[in-house]
Amino acid sequence: MELDILLQQILNGLVLGSVYALVALGYTMVYGILQLINFAHGDVLMVGAMVGVSVVGALGGSGLPGPAILLVALACAIPSCVLLSLFVERVAYRPLRNAPRLAPLITAIGVSIVIQTVAMIVWKPNPIVFPDLLPTTPIEIGGALLAPKQLLILVVSATMMVGLMLLVNRTKLGRAMRATAENPRIAGLMGVNANQVIAATFAIGAALAAVAGVLVAMNYNIAQFSMGFIPGLKAFTAAVLGGIGNLGGAVLGGLLLGIIESLAAGYIGDITGGFLGSHYQDIFAFIVLIVVLVFRPSGIMGERVADRA
Amino acid sequence: MAASPNASLFPSFKDRPIAAFAATAAIAIVLAVLPFVVGTQGNAWVRILDFALLYVMLALGLNIVVGYAGLLDLGYVAFYAVGAYMYALLASPHLAENFEFIQQTFPDGLHNSIWLIVPLGAAIAATFGVLLGAPTLRLRGDYLAIVTLGFGEIVRIFLNNLNSPVNLTNGPQGISNIDPITIGGVSFGKTQTFFGVEVPSVYMYYYLFLVLAIAIIVLTIRLQDSRLGRAWMAIREDEIAAKAMGINTRNVKLLAFAMGASFGGVAGAMFASFQGFVSPESFTLMESIVIVSMVVLGGMGHVPGVILGAILLYAIPEVLRFVAKPAQEAIFGHEVVAPEALRMLLFGLAMVIIMLYRPGGLWPAREHGRTVIGGAGANDDQGGPGGPAPTSPSADASALGGAVAAAASDAKIGGAR
Repeated sequence: MELDILLQQILNGLVLGSVYALVALGYTMVYGILQLINFAHGDVLMVGAMVGVSVVGALGGSGLPGPAILLVALACAIPSCVLLSLFVERVAYRPLRNAPRLAPLITAIGVSIVIQTVAMIVWKPNPIVFPDLLPTTPIEIGGALLAPKQLLILVVSATMMVGLMLLVNRTKLGRAMRATAENPRIAGLMGVNANQVIAATFAIGAALAAVAGVLVAMNYNIAQFSMGFIPGLKAFTAAVLGGIGNLGGAVLGGLLLGIIESLAAGYIGDITGGFLGSHYQDIFAFIVLIVVLVFRPSGIMGERVADRA
Repeated sequence: MAASPNASLFPSFKDRPIAAFAATAAIAIVLAVLPFVVGTQGNAWVRILDFALLYVMLALGLNIVVGYAGLLDLGYVAFYAVGAYMYALLASPHLAENFEFIQQTFPDGLHNSIWLIVPLGAAIAATFGVLLGAPTLRLRGDYLAIVTLGFGEIVRIFLNNLNSPVNLTNGPQGISNIDPITIGGVSFGKTQTFFGVEVPSVYMYYYLFLVLAIAIIVLTIRLQDSRLGRAWMAIREDEIAAKAMGINTRNVKLLAFAMGASFGGVAGAMFASFQGFVSPESFTLMESIVIVSMVVLGGMGHVPGVILGAILLYAIPEVLRFVAKPAQEAIFGHEVVAPEALRMLLFGLAMVIIMLYRPGGLWPAREHGRTVIGGAGANDDQGGPGGPAPTSPSADASALGGAVAAAASDAKIGGAR
């Protein structure tokens, strides 16, 4: 096991993981308040990526510098996703807020299918190329290579996470969100407008997912209508791994899952003597998910609660 | 609760045995001549009937897990896949072509009798059901959904990749040349003549699937009124109360998983023999979601509802395939939305709209219709209505620290109950 390869895998894992973390924050915030697995969250990411790639395509010949185009793409992707998410919350989740708990889960799956299908109709089924907007010469860190776009992913996600922490811990809205998560009825008695808080939570989660979507498309140079499902599922795993409902946990879970996946994909061939190859990368998230849920359903940073009958 | 399977299907005939008999006879005659009527338009339509029956079997199998026991399983297609691959491996030349020792013993490839393969497929699917269920059944409803989803994907990824270093599943290419079903020396793979009537292969599969579907219908209705069925429904309504009544909830839930899985396994074996070909593409998450929608939209836990759901959700997209394109060409002058996309759009919208306006499904069970889908969530209100919120040691923790504690105390927002 060579050290620089190990470092490279960990770096790749961190880049992957910071995207998972951004998406996981959206899951965990919504779950924290509504106990709803927002199945359509991954598709919000996809819409962000598709809007981003469309903007990049439209501005491609305008002569603007790459980073500026990227900024415009983000500026268009965020409001689109926020509006979409608010609409979905209003139409599909709010009417079911007091319904039995599997009902909103099933509508969430339905919403996910609808968003994907509409995206497939609007943007066509074929993958769209996301051109390189940043310099491609990698930076060397201790023998490992980091592309500028990967560095950007790390910086942007870290900034967004810090911003979110400040928002949740330092602002009035953040306090209202925490209060609603803690006890919705008492928060209501204290003058918190639950509907507004929930809408704000969905909006913030969607903004994070939009950024993650553009970053993912930029990283893999591709965007497609079906690209949201797997990151969405993995981000959910990350949220569960960290302790669902816990923001710090979502970040930790995301980074950890990214590193686990990257290391596992890199070394599984050696460990199993070539029996399993790196194309099994996607199953690690599921295995992690099952193991966590079976042995510590409250996750790394969650409280142990009596959540079983 | 109805007294007999017949009365359960037609509750309004409960006290009118002659009417019930007449209705049953009429349905039997219609079902018996259906392929010959539909077949006049071409065998493709009979094929659609065959698949509709296959989906009825699958939906009824899943209904045991989702409808009766209230456990949302999003990986049901994995059991279907296990049954299908089981049949494919044991009744095709594939294994012999790839393994020297099998080649030596069976130079023509494996061609086992269905009386061996189908029970074996059911048993192995049931084993998979228990394997999945054992560690996960104590999870809350929505977690269980995600874990089963993950399990379904794991099975598919393995089927897709187990072509090297040993070629077990032939990877994405799938396994072909699977034997058609042979019962008593009569092969279902080619047209046979009975009493001077020519019966094509798809017709014979229709009758076979019909017999199996009826067997499963009778079985699930009998189960519903059995001790076990009542235990499942008790768990669905309130797991803690069920436990307090002396139900061994873990074993009973495992049994639901195993039984649902074994039905899926049998349906899978039928699928493999009918198609003559299996590949991982047939066992995607979407397929699981389609089967769940059939159960949910038809009416969870209500056998006639589930049958209706399966037939509607299978038939409507098939009809769309023939109608959508000409209709769009007539209106817009060209095809705007491909039928496949339209089908998905329909599924998604139906799931949302039905949950919003008819949460019990299109044809819900009468006595349980209202609370059917609340089963898995019923044990969440441990704090009880109006009960004090548990003091949360995480109140000072960063961010939404107390959310987990809140989840255990009260899932409702806004105080409205």
